[in-house]
Amino acid sequence: MKDDDLKELRFSVNGRPYELKVKPKTLLLDVLRKELKLTGTRTGCEVSACGACTVNLDGMAVRACSVLALQANGREVVTIEGVADGEKLHPIQEAMVAHGAIECGFCTSGMVMSARALLLENPKPTREDIRKAIQGNLCADSGYAKYIEAIEIAAEKIQGGE
Amino acid sequence: MGKEHAGEYSIIGKPIPRVDAKLKVTGQAKYAADIEVANMLWGCVKRSPHAHARILNIDTSKAERLPGVKAVITGKDFNGFTWGWSQPTRDEEPLAVKKVRYLYEGVAAVAAVDEDTAQEACDLIEVEYEPLPGVFTPFEAMKEGAPLVHENRPGNITVEYHWNFGDVEKAFAGSYLVREDTFQTPRMAKGYIEPPATVAYWPETDRLVFQGAKGSPYFPYRILSRCFNLPLSNVRIITPFIGCDFGGTKNDMTNGDFSAVMLAKKAGRPVKIVASQFDALTTDLRRHPMWVTIRTGVTKDGKITAIHTKIVSDGGAYTRMSPLTHFLTGICMGMPYHLPNFKHDVTCYFTNNPSSAAMRGHGIYHTTFARECQMDMIADELGIDRVEIRHRNIIKNPEPGTIYETINGAHIATAGTEECLTKVAEAVKWEERKKKERVKGSKAYGMGFATGTYLSGTQLSAHNACAGIVRVCEDGSVNYLTGATDVGMGSDTIGCALVAEVLGIALDDVDIKRVDTAFTPADPGSYGSRVTVLAGEAAINAAEDAKRQLREFAAKKLGAMEDEIVFKNRQVFVKSNHARSISWERLVRMACYDAPGRVIIGRGHSKRATDLHTLADFSTGKGDIGTNYSFTAQAAEVEVDVETGVVRCTDNSVIAHDCGFPLNTQAVETQVLGGSYHQGVAAALYEEFKMDKGLTLNPNFVDYKRPRAYEAPMTEVLHVITNDPFGPFGAKEASEGSTCSAPPAIINAIHDATGVWIKDLPAEPEKVYWALKEKREKEQKKEKQ
Ligand code: FES
Repeated sequence: MKDDDLKELRFSVNGRPYELKVKPKTLLLDVLRKELKLTGTRTGCEVSACGACTVNLDGMAVRACSVLALQANGREVVTIEGVADGEKLHPIQEAMVAHGAIECGFCTSGMVMSARALLLENPKPTREDIRKAIQGNLCADSGYAKYIEAIEIAAEKIQGGE
Repeated sequence: MGKEHAGEYSIIGKPIPRVDAKLKVTGQAKYAADIEVANMLWGCVKRSPHAHARILNIDTSKAERLPGVKAVITGKDFNGFTWGWSQPTRDEEPLAVKKVRYLYEGVAAVAAVDEDTAQEACDLIEVEYEPLPGVFTPFEAMKEGAPLVHENRPGNITVEYHWNFGDVEKAFAGSYLVREDTFQTPRMAKGYIEPPATVAYWPETDRLVFQGAKGSPYFPYRILSRCFNLPLSNVRIITPFIGCDFGGTKNDMTNGDFSAVMLAKKAGRPVKIVASQFDALTTDLRRHPMWVTIRTGVTKDGKITAIHTKIVSDGGAYTRMSPLTHFLTGICMGMPYHLPNFKHDVTCYFTNNPSSAAMRGHGIYHTTFARECQMDMIADELGIDRVEIRHRNIIKNPEPGTIYETINGAHIATAGTEECLTKVAEAVKWEERKKKERVKGSKAYGMGFATGTYLSGTQLSAHNACAGIVRVCEDGSVNYLTGATDVGMGSDTIGCALVAEVLGIALDDVDIKRVDTAFTPADPGSYGSRVTVLAGEAAINAAEDAKRQLREFAAKKLGAMEDEIVFKNRQVFVKSNHARSISWERLVRMACYDAPGRVIIGRGHSKRATDLHTLADFSTGKGDIGTNYSFTAQAAEVEVDVETGVVRCTDNSVIAHDCGFPLNTQAVETQVLGGSYHQGVAAALYEEFKMDKGLTLNPNFVDYKRPRAYEAPMTEVLHVITNDPFGPFGAKEASEGSTCSAPPAIINAIHDATGVWIKDLPAEPEKVYWALKEKREKEQKKEKQ
């Protein structure tokens, strides 16, 4: 097989099915940003170090810069654009806004996606669990503290709502 | 002091949700790399594999023949154009023509149909170099006969200042103790996660549009106008959201910025260039590494008699902002302590390293580190408590209406340092704490203190214009236009909040237009903690102007005197009789429809930017660089693993910050937590570019260490309110001063815990380990004797 042979990719992104043809070497990040124009997933380091590109693959937080697009074949991807319910923010998003966690916002998409995956798997995380869940998400200016607290607030809210 | 007046206001002085938070949290915010324009090409920069070399020949023919390539340029396309921070320092070319001066400097660029083709074409460009010997530290650069980075700059000197206030030698002679110590601050990355990106296009042959991650968009506005010989009216810089800046690269230009514009011109199509993180970490501007020697004299009771600072600094390949950086190293030495005699000798050298430039805490960061660590050394030598010695020297908050003038002629109307220091010492229970045992098993715990200061509302002589426009739409909604740029700190929110506060409307009623030089007024951009203080003043003045126009109309309608009209909670009423009122919306509609052609546009500018104080003189160091000055004191606790040398900052840390009046309490807290304490932790313990002959050895965020969420202490932030008369609603800058006090507080804490001094940042485990080992061995030797 040549590098440039196109392969079929069928997957769902934010609940919508897609059928694309991609080169085997294409990264999930490039498919999302360039093909699907979902630019809310950010490109930071491209080497798995910053977490700006974090998306959820079958509910798990993964770095889209380090996943081949074809690895998403037959699976479900959720990006930052698919987190809110229409105009209604997800509790994680709501808490980050209300708690003043966000500064420049470049790491925010990744933070939300890491937090979302955490709360799907572990609805009652400890502070240490939260720290661990976002340890791959670099932020240059918030100092993380307000992000950590916002995720705590969101977890409580989701619990309370059930 | 400390009187809260937040109750008087409807919006400011409380937590204000950011106006852009929803766009950011849903991923809708567009950063430069997200911009796409129809027919767009991708650009790529060809970079030099030498740190210092003459360029003998560039052959682009193979690249030009590659299918998909639409334009290839070299430095020659720019016809000898040079640029720099100020007119006399224009020493840099958009792409190097005759000589490269640092590793990976751009020498050519390509635009092609996609990124891969552009990259491939770059690889096909053949450049012939004659490698030259280089200089890679200021100490090599200053040697006689050292290779010159710029042939016309003898001695490789970028900039030097020699200031003298009072008589330091006489003061030292009369001092009880004189101490001299040398401290070192390393080369640091700016730390933004968003690599610089640019999209440029020419909608018509003589009109340019440039959309880039620029914190000071009016720099490229002027530079590109000159470079492409365009009137300013034809240069349109549009600012997208910006993923942090912290000074430097996103203030001015990169090889990629110039290349995108030239390639777009040549190809006749839009061109986008997105830097990789590798590009950013090898070629973007860094914090200056400095060697600060500080000599301080004190009386027996610890009062400072004189300070003499001698600084050697590595400016890298080009001058960039170095004249400002080194000026800043000394300009605030007279704060927050009373300083009767002061001498400052600072020299910055060219080297064949990537250029250095502004970074958070610009200039002041280095000298604050040296002064605050040495303050603890002096306290210990004199047997004075480390908090007490600071109290003895602190400039007291001036009585309202009076001004304290520092030895170099800076004017302080409010200084909350004393209250800040008292508060933090109380918060960490220092008096009890200091008597406690430091070592518990293999861990040692220590508490460190430091104070800091920073200028707000930078005043520089040129390009200081700063204005705002408030356009009231006929339905009562408002457009606020500013040339100021929010790079993440929240100034867009503050601007909207100030406009809404003045007009008595809701925050939601005000929409901010991000910078578009075709419409927004000129502004120097985001640096020197200037935006809230100066653009804030301009926003207030513009809103007042719009309000005056509406008030005139309201007075007529309500049959009252103009000064009787009040705007509050979207109502406009007569002060003596609230029943005589009209809603904001109705008033605006009536005013707009009253006479054909009437529009309500308020305009205002910052007068304090230019008129308040005498501008500082770079050659003598005299005068004001700030409109006003913020103050900070902080206490930081560390846990040192005495076996491994690993240092951790604990949650037991407190920062008290005097930003005059916190306009948005929430934003101030997040800024102080993240933009100061956390960045301070990063600088104190982790961050440093490792270099080898101009090569950056750790150009990625795996090898370049930075603290992550599990290393983030949950600091407490305390507000100290001083209501500065020179700031909008009493405000001063927030959190840049506290960036400067964090590293010394942490280093002082390590000393408190273990008795070792780490005088060169960062205090990596290895350094601490060896220092502890050396101390143990010395102690063992002593015991044997
Ligand atoms: S861009 Fe994927 S982790 Fe940084």
